[in-house]
Amino acid sequence: MEGNNNNKQRHVISLLVENEPGVLARIAGLFSGRGFNIESLCVAETLEEGISRITLVTTGDENIVEQIKKQLNKLINVIKVIDYIGTPFVEREMVLVKIRAKPEHRAEILRMVDIFRARVIDVGTESYTVEVTGNQDKISAFLTLVKPIGVKEIARTGAVALARDKKK
Amino acid sequence: MKLSGAKILMRCLMEEGVDVIFGYPGGAVLDIYHELVRTDIKHILVRHEQGAVHAADGYARASGKVGVCLVTSGPGATNTVTGIASAYMDSIPIVVLTGQVPTRLIGNDAFQEVDIVGITRPCTKHNYLVTKVERLARVIKEAFYIARSGRPGPVLVDLPKDVMAQTTEYKPIQEIKLKTYNPTYVPNIKQLERGISLIKASKKPMILAGGGVISSKASNELREFASLIQAPVATTLMGLGAFPASSELWLGMIGMHGTYWANMSSVHCDLMIAVGVRFDDRVTGKTDTFARQAKIIHIDIDPTSIRKNIPVTVPVVGDCRITLEMLNKLLKEEGFQTDAKEREQWLQQILKWKREKPLTYGNGNHIKPQYVVETLYRLTKGKAIVTTEVGQNQMWTAQFYHFDSPNTFITSGGLGCMGFGLPAAIGAQVARPDALVVDVAGDGSIQMNIQELATAVQFKLPVKVVILNNGYLGMVRQWQELFYDKCYACTEMEHAPDFVKLAEAYGAAGFRAKEPHEVEDVLRKGLEYPGPAIMDFWVEKEEKVYPMVPAGASISEMLLV
Repeated sequence: MEGNNNNKQRHVISLLVENEPGVLARIAGLFSGRGFNIESLCVAETLEEGISRITLVTTGDENIVEQIKKQLNKLINVIKVIDYIGTPFVEREMVLVKIRAKPEHRAEILRMVDIFRARVIDVGTESYTVEVTGNQDKISAFLTLVKPIGVKEIARTGAVALARDKKK
Repeated sequence: MKLSGAKILMRCLMEEGVDVIFGYPGGAVLDIYHELVRTDIKHILVRHEQGAVHAADGYARASGKVGVCLVTSGPGATNTVTGIASAYMDSIPIVVLTGQVPTRLIGNDAFQEVDIVGITRPCTKHNYLVTKVERLARVIKEAFYIARSGRPGPVLVDLPKDVMAQTTEYKPIQEIKLKTYNPTYVPNIKQLERGISLIKASKKPMILAGGGVISSKASNELREFASLIQAPVATTLMGLGAFPASSELWLGMIGMHGTYWANMSSVHCDLMIAVGVRFDDRVTGKTDTFARQAKIIHIDIDPTSIRKNIPVTVPVVGDCRITLEMLNKLLKEEGFQTDAKEREQWLQQILKWKREKPLTYGNGNHIKPQYVVETLYRLTKGKAIVTTEVGQNQMWTAQFYHFDSPNTFITSGGLGCMGFGLPAAIGAQVARPDALVVDVAGDGSIQMNIQELATAVQFKLPVKVVILNNGYLGMVRQWQELFYDKCYACTEMEHAPDFVKLAEAYGAAGFRAKEPHEVEDVLRKGLEYPGPAIMDFWVEKEEKVYPMVPAGASISEMLLV
């Protein structure tokens, strides 16, 4: 069942995994070995000892994503696989951007930081380092706008996500 | 009382009911071997670690138990990889114990160090590195549990040398429950009901059975199911033996070298009930056209097998035996009856296909390999355990040796691993000392693990090897003949050993037939010989396996004799 390019969708998938050595290699190996696409991957411990949460973003048609989820579930160290598609969820990503800050650009950069509710976290003689948090669109928009000014380097976390709680 | 890691390992193995280990010693497993010889566990010393894994695989298939092998670190461990990959593809429960350098040296590129856990991650069901002796008992328990439960498969446990020497209190672990691993054995009843309504509506059903029927021991349930719904049964290569070849409902093998009537049935059926199969490309041919007119009910314990290659109408996740048992019960409760007239038409149509294009082969002055397999079948009355190598020998065996019972046909199906048959036969013979075990081989593949003949002789395992000797890597040559302008690039084995002398050099017996009239006599001599024996048949050099569906073509596009 080959993937159909027309029906590709972005899926944010959250995994709860046992924090065993090699668990990340198992997951990364699964994606590379089976030719699945992986856009971003974010791993950290949860409050429960020995359990980590991995948030990964992938794209594919329904069949491919179904297969990805089944394969992930099959891994012995994976406790739970949650695909947020079709359910309300919140998603955030953080990026650190080191922006070239010539005197004539400094004010503009600070305006942009203000508009995007970002923060300057380091000031150098030739650059500002800015922290931006938001969803993928917001971060992409910010990067597009500062790119012409001159971006020296960036570090992105990749998405993390949680389901929204019930409103009633 | 405190015990060393090596002693704890032995206790754990005995509690798992392990009575034989296939292995090869080395520096990193000295502590383990030192304890092993102080137990009742039998050790079969192979001549190459690949042989140890294939033997454990053959043992597992012939016995229905978990096969165990033990090798040293580094090259010992890497030599097991092919065997592990084969067991993984075929869902065979084995536990591979590998030695490892002491924990303080791991990562230092120490002598005979290799990251075998890293290497085997994609070809094991699960694997472990034990870094603390306190974890050992639990890991071994989990390894056996994971290997044999759910969809079975190989599990590797890497054992650093210092961990085997450290001591700790040993308490046997009675029960095992993993919160992250819980295979679904009992299927969803709603899905079964949906399946039954499809069965009721079907005029031309067929069953496709695979290796899952054998590993879940569902042959009896399958027979009852087929008879209840009067559906003909084809199997995959891995499913041979799951349904008796002597049954009137038997279609034979499906796929690239399947029978004409099995493949045609798959094209024309209106319902395919697939049990314990994974729709491998050698089974389906071009997936777009596979069973196009049929609704498909797919029963498998592994959810990833379902809808991976073929869209299905009713997916059923569950153990094949339990699922078929439930289906049979539901059908009987409902007093299910087939429309006899309708079914008769369908079965008559299949019979017509069978008469039109039976499995056959031409005559000639030279020995026909198919004739050797047919004669082997006749002389053994179909009662032998048959292993194969890979290639033409494997396909002719699948076509011309008619298997009636499960666990009697042992082949490297998914990986297609040459060199499998002889060590697998050794493992099967260890599991079934009283059975006649025959490896059907080619002159190419037998040379990949021929050294295991020494193992057979040393341990008095009277395995028989039938070599269909055509002087070529026959299946590759067949593709070259058909699809590569008869350019036999590097497939002629211009030099081969004298297999009769070779057998004798190993302390086995060797027999040879060059003419058709010698075949039966040589087979009799070889099969009756009390020890390991090689029978070397000089067969028609350019004989081909037919039918054949060219790779990527629809299953109905068969090249016939």
